[in-house]
Amino acid sequence: MTAVDSMRPAIATVRAVRRETADVVTIRLDHGDRSDAFEPGQFHMLYAFGAGEVPISVSGRPARGGGVEHTIRAVGATTRALCRLRRGGTVGVRGPFGTAWPVEEARGRDVVLVAGGIGLAPLRPVIQRIIAERELYGRVTVLYGARTPDDILFEADLARWRGRFDLQVGVTVDHADASWRGHVGVVTTLLTDVDLDPDACLAILCGPEVMMRFTAAELEARGIPRREIWVSLERNMHCGVGLCGHCQMGPELVCRRGPVYRLDHVGRLLGVREV
Amino acid sequence: MSDPAGDARALDVDGLDRLIAALSERGFAPHGPIVRDGSIVWGPLRGVADLPAGWTLEQDAGRCQLVRRGDGALFGWAVGPDSPKRLFLPPSLQLFTARRDDEGGFALDPPAPAPGPIALIGARPCEIAAIAVQDRVLLGSEHTDAHYRARRDEAFIVAAHCGEPGGTCFCVSADTGPSARSGFDLALTELHGDGEHTFVIEVATERGAAVLEAVPHRAATGDEIARAAAVVTGAASRMGRELETDGLRELLYGCREHPRWDEIAARCLGCANCTMVCPTCFCTSVSDLTDITGATAWRERSWDSCFTMDFSYIHGGSVRPSVGARYRHWITHKLASWHDQFDESGCVGCGRCITWCPVAIDITAEVVGLRSDGSPPPRTRTAGFRV
Ligand SMILES: Cc1cc2nc3c(=O)[nH]c(=O)nc-3n(C[C@H](O)[C@H](O)[C@H](O)COP(=O)(O)OP(=O)(O)OC[C@H]3O[C@@H](n4cnc5c(N)ncnc54)[C@H](O)[C@@H]3O)c2cc1C
Ligand code: SF4
Ligand code: SF4
Ligand code: FES
Repeated sequence: MTAVDSMRPAIATVRAVRRETADVVTIRLDHGDRSDAFEPGQFHMLYAFGAGEVPISVSGRPARGGGVEHTIRAVGATTRALCRLRRGGTVGVRGPFGTAWPVEEARGRDVVLVAGGIGLAPLRPVIQRIIAERELYGRVTVLYGARTPDDILFEADLARWRGRFDLQVGVTVDHADASWRGHVGVVTTLLTDVDLDPDACLAILCGPEVMMRFTAAELEARGIPRREIWVSLERNMHCGVGLCGHCQMGPELVCRRGPVYRLDHVGRLLGVREV
Repeated sequence: MSDPAGDARALDVDGLDRLIAALSERGFAPHGPIVRDGSIVWGPLRGVADLPAGWTLEQDAGRCQLVRRGDGALFGWAVGPDSPKRLFLPPSLQLFTARRDDEGGFALDPPAPAPGPIALIGARPCEIAAIAVQDRVLLGSEHTDAHYRARRDEAFIVAAHCGEPGGTCFCVSADTGPSARSGFDLALTELHGDGEHTFVIEVATERGAAVLEAVPHRAATGDEIARAAAVVTGAASRMGRELETDGLRELLYGCREHPRWDEIAARCLGCANCTMVCPTCFCTSVSDLTDITGATAWRERSWDSCFTMDFSYIHGGSVRPSVGARYRHWITHKLASWHDQFDESGCVGCGRCITWCPVAIDITAEVVGLRSDGSPPPRTRTAGFRV
């Protein structure tokens, strides 16, 4: 076969495993020189031997050393197998696939990043990129909602980001416990405290579809036009490259034209029943 | 494509048999329509004797019956339940095998060698149009399907223009038939009756001409050429169905809440037959499996259908749990969003989804229903399979 087989995974080695929460793990993968050829927002199809293959966003570059990180919540057979991987283990990787967050368009602008749950993972590479070239951006705000304090991801990163004077970081939980001294409520409630300049602002949203819908509505109400709001959509995916049909949402093949979309391109589809 | 009126050739039945043999000698595996399982399906062809001489398929919504024609025509029928799709995009295919190594990692076996090229004998114009549609989907963008390509790239195609449209055909509306315009190496039109049995041959490619050179043939006469043209114009005037395509995309995008969807949902079984027989439906699923020891794993890719519940499953639920939404997705994809994705329609008008729907749901009738304001649909007959 002469053509590249886009359904054939490359083999990657797990260089490091970091437990984030009870059901979320970050793994660092090394699959040679292609490891860090990704744009923030893109995903890989990760194959756990014999168990299955699923789309997982790139969650960043490791602080030290090469490779690429993925942050995975164990929800089913395949993600559980991926979360059980140990250092030195092996996974199959296809990709990176899909569209990227508008990092370049965001230069010179204020940036608001809003994440819900595991949705912080695909935003982490954007935040890393912004920090690496911080002077190119205006005000930068990161708002993050988790279910409970125990579900908060990337605690070390959040602490570091909070410690910077040039980042505004807000964290909220849906359900607090006795130890929690922070904000309680859905992530949109954090927006109330943020000073938004509708003419300068670009917003990047990632999380459950309802969360993005409500956040987008709130941002629109604050005067931010749909074309300045970006979202990442989730659909069932078997190929990741536009060949299997699973990821359709109306006319969109989300794996190829997404997962990252400008809201004015897909806004009419969000909230349409069973589309 | 050569000018058919200019240098059309003629073959007799023996010549067609020799043509099949010549393709075989050149390393192609000839495939064509054969009678099997009470129907006409695509299968390996040893020669003309395997073709469905004297058979036809009587078709209507929810009904297909193999019957004798009373003559010896080889192509006196339209299309059966399957299409060349299964040859290029196999219903089930192993994509790779992976094995555990001693260190607890794994590696993939080398890819299987590419299968040898296929020759299609008697592909219908709508089938050739469907191949072009699938080419666009599976080979037309940045990432291509290597397995489809390996089967498709070298394939040799002998088209058979249609003389006998079936009861559910609407290729005239879809603008794909009853004669094929491109996408083949050779095309034949069958002339039979009154002791005559001749195939008027159009040569479209150099390799088509080269293969034909190896087979005894002669120039077609002016009269044969005129009668071959009359065969397809006659077929065009006897289409079983019609589909008004004007404004169809806008219609479907504009009727997401039409009451018709609930009526269809009440009839549709969600059985996925329509998608299995459709020559353009390309959806597949992969499953990753292991042997009992867990030492060997493999990935299988199989045809799947947007009519199944699992198809759109994400965290705890299907995106389209209702059958009405699944039918809406399917017909909207075929007739509307295919244009957005691939710049053409996803329906070639072959009528298979109408024939093979166990409850006789008819894509052309549904469009008529959706064009109306939602008053009750014309009654459709319900029929089981009778083959
Ligand atoms: C573009 C994209 C990026 C993603 N990024 C991440 C990430 O960074 N981290 C993370 O933890 N999860 C991510 N997900 C979700 C992740 O793919 C699913 O959690 C995973 O597919 C569940 O598979 P499973 O076999 O473990 O679960 P099961 O519930 O057993 O799922 C069975 C099958 O259904 C499909 N499926 C189920 N849930 C989803 C889903 N939410 N999205 C897509 N397909 C699904 C898959 O084909 C899966 O194999 C992403 C999804 C998409 C589409
Ligand atoms: S939708 Fe129906 S008529 Fe159209 S190509 Fe598919 S099976 Fe044929
Ligand atoms: S339309 Fe007919 S063939 Fe298609 S899924 Fe429904 S019942 Fe089955
Ligand atoms: S995931 Fe296969 S087409 Fe998008």
